[in-house]
Amino acid sequence: MATVMIDLKRLGDVKAPAGFADRVLAQAGMADSYAVFETVLGAVYVAWNRLGVSAAMRSKSAAEFEAWFHKEVGRRLVRVDAPADLAEKIEDQLEGTRRLRFDLRGLTPFSQAVLRKTLEIPRGQVRPYGWIAREIGHPAAVRAVGTALANNPIPYFIPCHRVIRSDGVIGNYGGGGPEAKKNILTLEGVQLKRLQELAHAGFRYEGVRSTKVFCFPTCYHGRTAKERNIVHFHSEQEAYAAGYRPCKHCRPAVVA
Amino acid sequence: MEGTERVFERLVLDHQNRIYALGLALTGNRHDAEEVAQDTFLRAYRALVTYPPDRVRELKQKAWLHRIAVNVVRNRVRGVRPRLVELNGSEPARGPGPEEDVMRKAEIDELAARVACLPARYREAVVLRHVQELSYAEVADALGQPVGTVKANVHRGLKLLRGETHGDGDD
Ligand SMILES: [Zn+2]
Repeated sequence: MATVMIDLKRLGDVKAPAGFADRVLAQAGMADSYAVFETVLGAVYVAWNRLGVSAAMRSKSAAEFEAWFHKEVGRRLVRVDAPADLAEKIEDQLEGTRRLRFDLRGLTPFSQAVLRKTLEIPRGQVRPYGWIAREIGHPAAVRAVGTALANNPIPYFIPCHRVIRSDGVIGNYGGGGPEAKKNILTLEGVQLKRLQELAHAGFRYEGVRSTKVFCFPTCYHGRTAKERNIVHFHSEQEAYAAGYRPCKHCRPAVVA
Repeated sequence: MEGTERVFERLVLDHQNRIYALGLALTGNRHDAEEVAQDTFLRAYRALVTYPPDRVRELKQKAWLHRIAVNVVRNRVRGVRPRLVELNGSEPARGPGPEEDVMRKAEIDELAARVACLPARYREAVVLRHVQELSYAEVADALGQPVGTVKANVHRGLKLLRGETHGDGDD
């Protein structure tokens, strides 16, 4: 009897496998899971939890990503195998055919509003910083919008690369500098050269003669119009004076 | 809510080895042991968040978790697998266990498999009493059985494990 009991006692000394507690806490929503994904930007580390995607970062290593996450987000982080369908979900998100959910809990209400508004910009289009500021009801806070976008914890997923300066300068990109920003926009079908030529000439908007509607230059509304049917404006006042009204889709000005 | 999360984190860290060992002794293999342990803690979590603070504070964690784990195993046997929380389709990554001596590990697994072969009522009683080293009162509480029944089942289970009885037909 005694040996059996000693053996049984040893059975009770077994340890849970490595990472067990972290996995349980992740399942309970108290830790974020993360995996690495190949994207057009290269390897991107992506973290998520029950509320949605919580962070994305181009990092040199898992250790670098974990250190960044602990500093910026402060929750536990558990590495998992990349879910088979997540790459597809990400692609659909960028295409605009799927809405991933995002966990923006740690951010100020202002930053959250900026990022949520950014999600509305369709692929292949860009908007100026001032547009975000106006749309979220803080028209004077253009700089703060820039700061919020530069600190976007989920670049790429939340397409802050689709926000550029109204003078055509591509501007900062937290997801990997101006070059990365240009690359993604080009991949998304934005004609950067044309956009910058317009900006250089001081043109902010383009109108379609037949519809008398004016847009931001990348809006799909004017895309089918023939080149000779398109006019350009320096300002919304100029557009109004010419008898044009703002597009309801890209809202280059407050729609009356 | 914040407080409950902290309690839960502590609970997992304090009891993970104990509950995993329980799962191993009751199921006989490490894969099921991890599932049982995970299910146990998730059920505990779902219960904890509904409890008022007093109840959380006064909880006898060890006995409570054993009771949940026993039920998790019983439900699995009946084929009712509780569904884990889906995290955007994530799967837990299974890392290797802590550096356990290979020989020792094989012995442990062999023993766990033998224990798992006992009829459920003896297995539960023996495991809670001699693997988990609960008192008879705690075992009785976790199993929802009278102490006398538990004692008899422990005795009988140990005999079976030592190979002292050979199908003498009382099951
Ligand atoms: Zn438009």
